[in-house]
Amino acid sequence: MARKSSSLKTSVVTVAAWTIGFLIFFPILWIIILSFKTEGDAIKAPLEVLTSGWTLHSYAEVQERSNYALHFWNSVVLSVGSTLLALVIAVPAAWAMAFVPGKRTKDLLMWMLSTKMMPAVGVLVPMYLLFRDLGLLDSRAGLTVVLTLINLPIVIWMLYTYFKEIPGEILEAARMDGATLRSEILYILTPMAVPGIASTMLLNIILAWNEAFWTLQLTTKAAAPLTQFIASYSSPEGLFYAKLSAASTMAIAPILILGWFSQKQLVRGLTFGAVK
Amino acid sequence: MATEHSRTAARLMVSPAVILLFLWMIVPLGMTIYFSFLRYNLLMPGMESWTGFDNYYYFLVQPAFGAALLNTLLLVGGVLLITVVGGILLALLLDQPFKGQGIVRVMVIAPFFVMPTVSALVWKNMFMNPVNGMFAHLAKTLGLQPFDFLSQAPLASIILIVAWSWLPFATLILLTALQSLDREQMEAAEMDGASWMNRFIYLTLPHLTRSITVVVLIQTIFLLSVFAEILVTTNGGPGTASTNLPYLVYQQSLLNYDVGGGSAGGIVAVILANIVAFFLMRMIGKNLES
Repeated sequence: MARKSSSLKTSVVTVAAWTIGFLIFFPILWIIILSFKTEGDAIKAPLEVLTSGWTLHSYAEVQERSNYALHFWNSVVLSVGSTLLALVIAVPAAWAMAFVPGKRTKDLLMWMLSTKMMPAVGVLVPMYLLFRDLGLLDSRAGLTVVLTLINLPIVIWMLYTYFKEIPGEILEAARMDGATLRSEILYILTPMAVPGIASTMLLNIILAWNEAFWTLQLTTKAAAPLTQFIASYSSPEGLFYAKLSAASTMAIAPILILGWFSQKQLVRGLTFGAVK
Repeated sequence: MATEHSRTAARLMVSPAVILLFLWMIVPLGMTIYFSFLRYNLLMPGMESWTGFDNYYYFLVQPAFGAALLNTLLLVGGVLLITVVGGILLALLLDQPFKGQGIVRVMVIAPFFVMPTVSALVWKNMFMNPVNGMFAHLAKTLGLQPFDFLSQAPLASIILIVAWSWLPFATLILLTALQSLDREQMEAAEMDGASWMNRFIYLTLPHLTRSITVVVLIQTIFLLSVFAEILVTTNGGPGTASTNLPYLVYQQSLLNYDVGGGSAGGIVAVILANIVAFFLMRMIGKNLES
């Protein structure tokens, strides 16, 4: 009797979970489907859409009309560039705070986090004017610096929680065996720190790729990443569902794939280590 | 254990990050505060003059401010309600054993990785459009009148779009927390005849309290700054029906060139966010001690 009710429960759970999962995922699935349709078919009723023919036409069209490749490249340069720059600044800082903690390390960490709490709109005006006066509007260099700064606290925090987990005894043992500071860092700490650095990098690339305040405010065309390019579809002329879908599919695909690899890090990174 | 030598090295390693973050915090914010006390319009360069608290006064008394403040609170509150309640239910469901758990998990998390401009435009056009959208097609099939979501219920529609993006975040964090629940305690309670409801109220919910607080606070920080979704769907309209505080500041400073007024609005937004940040920081700080 008990077994019967539990197998019934399992099937109910299975059906419910799959249905809800499918509904939540559906909008993404629908963009992918529409991206392989002609503009005429894309606006038909759902069932007619599914039974109509498939084509790669929209993908070619998007690139031809709008130089899609440039915006994609901008997204890559901005997200990877700002992440690498942030790592260069954050790795030494997180390292020092994790391995040589002082009395004020905790306050310092909290203060760094507090800079992340400032709403972007609070500094929109001066940033816009500074960028205008320095000729940085619509430049990749300027935006890379801003993206680095807004994500720096998260990067430092994530690295700090990872470094903190490297056991100190290992270092002591190495020191006993006569390892110098240099070889300590090179042969013992670095190999242990690499997984943490890699997941931090992954999460930060995702955050920078999807950033949609500064990228919209500070770029127009030449340095515009995909967020800004897609936004230009908000006032379209004529039929555009299939093209919007193709552009969107290409914009979210790389991040969806990276994101699936970084589920665990996502929790840790976005809660600043408060939930693991 | 740390020697004087390694302390100096540590200080050198931390200082670039500290200096950069300090400049990032103090320079633009200082400029915003300075501008907020000036009569400064980009269309009248060279006419800047000191006005004291006038910008704050005019920013706060304009009818759009009250509307924007209310919309900001409704947006944050609405999305929080949907994502936290939905997230708890979904996490409870996904925590049960069933076939294809991994795949369903991946499908549920996916919306979080969709950039805001894409999710907003896709919902606006492919689903909420009153002529060609999926909802309109469904309504027609059922013999109903299609509903124009973004002009009839702009704020509610934006809440729905933003909630879709953030539901995965809440679910993922609550699911992670659920998985650290003490199974033996749960089984013992079940043996002792505690009902499902009682187990949920007295065991599961207290266990989740911390994570729920974290979800609420972190989402609030991000939700107070929702911008892209409004820009590409309604432009804050009709009227001010879907204008929130960030959008109002953007409108005033970059569309109307009123640098002084926009800056005052920015400072108001900073103060509002700081109230939330204060509580979040205390929670994270407590965690750092344990």
